Amino acid sequence: MSERNTAETVETVFRIESARIIAGVTRVVRDVGIAEEIAQDAVVAALEQWPESGVPDKPGAWLMAAAKRRAIDLVRRRETYARKLAEVGRSLAETPPADDPADADDIDDDVLRLIFTTCHPVLSTEARVALTLRLLGGLTTREIARAFLAAEPTVAQRIVRAKRTLAKADVAFEVPYGAERGERLASVLEVVYLVFNEGYSATAGDDLLRPALCEDALRLARVLAGLMPEEPEVHGLAALLEFQASRAGARTGVDGEPVLLADQNRTKWNRMLINRGFASLQRAGRGPYSLQAAIAACHAKAVHYEDTDWPMIASLYTRLLDVQPSPVVALNRAVALSKAEGPAAALKLVDELSDVPALRDYHLLPSVRADLLESLDRRTEARAEFEKAASLTANTRERDLLLGRAARAASGEPPGPASERP
Amino acid sequence: MPRFLSISYHDEQNRPAEAPSAELQQRMGELYEEITKAGVVLDMAELAPTSEATKVTWSGDKAHYTDGPFTESREVVGGYTIIQAKDKAEALEWARRFLEVQGRYEPTTSVEVREIAE
Repeated sequence: MSERNTAETVETVFRIESARIIAGVTRVVRDVGIAEEIAQDAVVAALEQWPESGVPDKPGAWLMAAAKRRAIDLVRRRETYARKLAEVGRSLAETPPADDPADADDIDDDVLRLIFTTCHPVLSTEARVALTLRLLGGLTTREIARAFLAAEPTVAQRIVRAKRTLAKADVAFEVPYGAERGERLASVLEVVYLVFNEGYSATAGDDLLRPALCEDALRLARVLAGLMPEEPEVHGLAALLEFQASRAGARTGVDGEPVLLADQNRTKWNRMLINRGFASLQRAGRGPYSLQAAIAACHAKAVHYEDTDWPMIASLYTRLLDVQPSPVVALNRAVALSKAEGPAAALKLVDELSDVPALRDYHLLPSVRADLLESLDRRTEARAEFEKAASLTANTRERDLLLGRAARAASGEPPGPASERP
Repeated sequence: MPRFLSISYHDEQNRPAEAPSAELQQRMGELYEEITKAGVVLDMAELAPTSEATKVTWSGDKAHYTDGPFTESREVVGGYTIIQAKDKAEALEWARRFLEVQGRYEPTTSVEVREIAE
């Protein structure tokens, strides 16, 4: 039996609560940068006081109260804030006295406002991603830099500039309603999806997977689903990420090489995440993430690759193409159709895509084309396409896989499985 | 991010006879909401009493069945939670929060936090 180390407790509680505290303080000071500093001050206060007084019963509420007290002091004290004081007068009146237990509904609203602020379209996509991971995900600048293979000072700069941009643009700390809401929510979901995708198919480097990034994104999606249960697309995104994450353990082989969907050991798929995916899918809607989740569900349902319901997947892609026209979706639809109706029809569709500028450097286009040519026994052309695909990917693992397939296509071995994303 | 299985134990023979007070039920509800909105819980459940359980053992090339309750054990598993947390310290903090509420209702409750081997 022992007590936990107090400093470690402070750090842990802050890690769990930091997004809520920063959100609550931002409502008072209207500036995420200042809010982050104040939250840190509260941690320092806890480090000083808890060893003496003992860890409070509700350490999270203690930190929140300490931070809010500081925030209110700051707003009142600083002359430069006199003007702002008039603006925030209303919210100060709403702020509960610092020693009251914080109202859970208020905190939830504040966290949502914070998410909508860090994902605000006034910021570049990179800035949105970095700031969201920093303030909502609780990642350090170093962790973000490592995840994106960027230099730490670059990321630090990006975050500082993002905070300044928000302050300068006087971005309202609110969850938008009405017409603006859908657009802004799309921006929030996009950030979470981008973070997940970067972890799931690392665009560069030696790792195919950066699991930590996927998990941070999945956690953000789960938080969003908890905070906005009435938004079907949020559940759609959560479902999609649960399904994708369920396959993580099967996507790479013993040496870290990618394993294609057709070759994956499906017993390694995480059943709990799959079940969570189905549960979220039940609450999803008909938007792009929900449809992608429905497609992922088709794969999750198939016990063997041969059981995959390709006609259903093809029809879901057709619907997806309706709500989110994009050449990548069109390409995926072609792959599904090749399984449902044969390679010849699909090749025609893929050929139509070969002039689309957006796909010029997209390695999966020649890779899919190569698959189709291979199944039509046009081996020389298949080989050239596999080689082209290999030259277009910056991920070394993926390149090795494609070069291997080029060699195999030329050697006359039986065609391998198709190259849907593993 | 590691996953943790938190197993809660209680003394089945000395469980409180009365249901938790309205206030305590409200706090349990609030805690449930808190962990859901924090995005950490993957799965959680309470288990049926051991009187409804059956133990299956293997000996002499045969399965043997023993129906509960198992009189030799006082502390039994009452429920479990699977959470995904940054580290064990975070998982322990959630266990502490659970006990802060549950311990008021059933003081003999204890929680064992174990990382799931990946």
